[in-house]
Amino acid sequence: MSAMWAASPSELLMRAATKAAGRQRSVVRRRFTLIIGLVMLAIAIAAAVLAPLLVSQSPTAIDVLHPLSPPLTSGHLLGTDQYGRDLLARILYAGRIDLAIAFGATSVTLVGGTMIGLVAGYVGGKVDSFLMRLVDLFFAFPFLVLIIAIIAMLGPSTFNLFIAIWITSWVSYARIMRAQTVVAKKQQYVLAARALGYSPVRVMFRHILPNTASTVIIFSMVDAVGNIILAASLGFLGLGVQPPTPEWGSMISDGQNYILTSWWLATLPGLAVVFVGVAFSLIGDGLADVLRAGDR
Amino acid sequence: MSALGTPLLTVRDLHTYLATVQGVVRAVDGVSFTVHEAEVLGIVGESGCGKTVTCRTIMGLMPARSVHTEGEVIYHPRGEGSLLGASEDVMRTVRGAHLAMIFQDPMTALNPVLNIGDQLIEAVRAHDRCSAAEARTRAISLLDRVGIPAASRRMRDYPFQFSGGMLQRALIAIALASSPRLLLADEPTTSLDVIIQDQILCLLLELQRDTGMSMILVSHDLAVISEMCDKIIVMYAGQVVEEGTAADVISAPRHPYTHALLEALPQAEQRGQLRNISGSPPSLINVPDGCRFAPRCRFTTPECLNWETTLVAAGERDHAARCWRHQEIAEGQEAWQRSDSASA
Repeated sequence: MSAMWAASPSELLMRAATKAAGRQRSVVRRRFTLIIGLVMLAIAIAAAVLAPLLVSQSPTAIDVLHPLSPPLTSGHLLGTDQYGRDLLARILYAGRIDLAIAFGATSVTLVGGTMIGLVAGYVGGKVDSFLMRLVDLFFAFPFLVLIIAIIAMLGPSTFNLFIAIWITSWVSYARIMRAQTVVAKKQQYVLAARALGYSPVRVMFRHILPNTASTVIIFSMVDAVGNIILAASLGFLGLGVQPPTPEWGSMISDGQNYILTSWWLATLPGLAVVFVGVAFSLIGDGLADVLRAGDR
Repeated sequence: MSALGTPLLTVRDLHTYLATVQGVVRAVDGVSFTVHEAEVLGIVGESGCGKTVTCRTIMGLMPARSVHTEGEVIYHPRGEGSLLGASEDVMRTVRGAHLAMIFQDPMTALNPVLNIGDQLIEAVRAHDRCSAAEARTRAISLLDRVGIPAASRRMRDYPFQFSGGMLQRALIAIALASSPRLLLADEPTTSLDVIIQDQILCLLLELQRDTGMSMILVSHDLAVISEMCDKIIVMYAGQVVEEGTAADVISAPRHPYTHALLEALPQAEQRGQLRNISGSPPSLINVPDGCRFAPRCRFTTPECLNWETTLVAAGERDHAARCWRHQEIAEGQEAWQRSDSASA
């Protein structure tokens, strides 16, 4: 699973970029991808937020008399798990945690990494060298091992999971943003802005950032999917969200023991991950098309 | 008129060396000149002669890490201290408000994601804390002043919705937003077609006369320079090879390079092949001793290669040339022209 995580972001990003650059698509078709993605994400968010209204059962209520009921059993639309807990309720409530990870972890690393990359690229010199060696240091460790080490140190909990992602994930944004800034810095509009006596902060945030932000924003969509899968991977290892709180990764992990007899336990939360993942990917794809089109 | 004004900017023995992988490029190698109040100074020369680097060094826009500068750039209204040693904070108050610059390619000199109005308002407010409404009014009148029709409507347009000529007009408006005393125009019309070029140059000259600012006009087009400028500097391989009033330099060039540049201008009555200067400027990494133009010069003698080059006063009104045979060049000009047309 870690291998899949490591490969997919750059792959997806490349695909998004090639698509945006290569094909000329009509405005409607270009927006179509984005709209479908947004609608899917809205459905996922609504289902998670409105979970108490959508299902009457508690996600943690154990019913020892009806374990492992298959989907479409009366009272349990998606069946129950080995403790008789309603699977639909668990999937919906798990969405709250997983989507919070997708937004909470990703937004902080997006903003933080972007700022760091922007400053490193624009200021250059020793500041740049220091920050980029720091980035190299993080990249030198296998990503998942680093996260596991941090969580092992802090103790497994949802908040510590956030902290581990914040500490490790800003590096990709910093590196992308730094590269973009170094290129933008040489553009004539930046030179012209400096020739007008604008302050470095103004040049960075008003002139360089809007011209370079699209790449990191698109990458953040891919990264958000990555973070959900990461949370799922850690849940799978027992290092993420702790039971009995439902979380897609730990549900898949628990369900694997029953995969041959009760397939729904692992498969249905897996489909939820896929659904949200596809939503974010479509948004990233759509944003790539729309933002790049704005650059002419 | 130029000699009577008070000096505004003095550049004294300016050197700009760029560190590159191949070696140290002596892009600007001992350039001196003075711009007076309300004067238009023309800098002319081929590509790669150090014209743009000179402008950027004056503005303090060369990257500090890979560039070594020496000499003095004195902006007289700010006292006698050199701008070269000034801190970035000091330079920021000078840039835009006192010295403004317009660039070669208007298509890339504006931020593509901000509309023209926002960029103009930003420039107006950069050195003058006025209200947003007032800045907007001033921005519209600036756009109007540089000849953009329906200025208030076009404030909302983005750079890609403007043509090249319109963009250069907008850039001039932005440069003038803080009423600078000196405008450095670095080949402002190179990427524009001839008709637009003429319009932009007329506009620049008109604005210069109205505001009484000074201007440094950089161009590789001697025809443009001769029409617009009071004083001319001819640059070759990072050095000034000839300087003087526009009339003197154009009518009686003292340096073979200026002479050759003038000959290269297409004449309306002239038929057949255009004249060119064979070869190209020397690499500024390993600069040869002696006269730098010697390898391309028609009048080279062995002495030229050993001559310790300096600007030699030649003729009247501060006319000077970096050629020890300048007297012969001036006198023999007509004779050569005659022999050339006979052989052609």
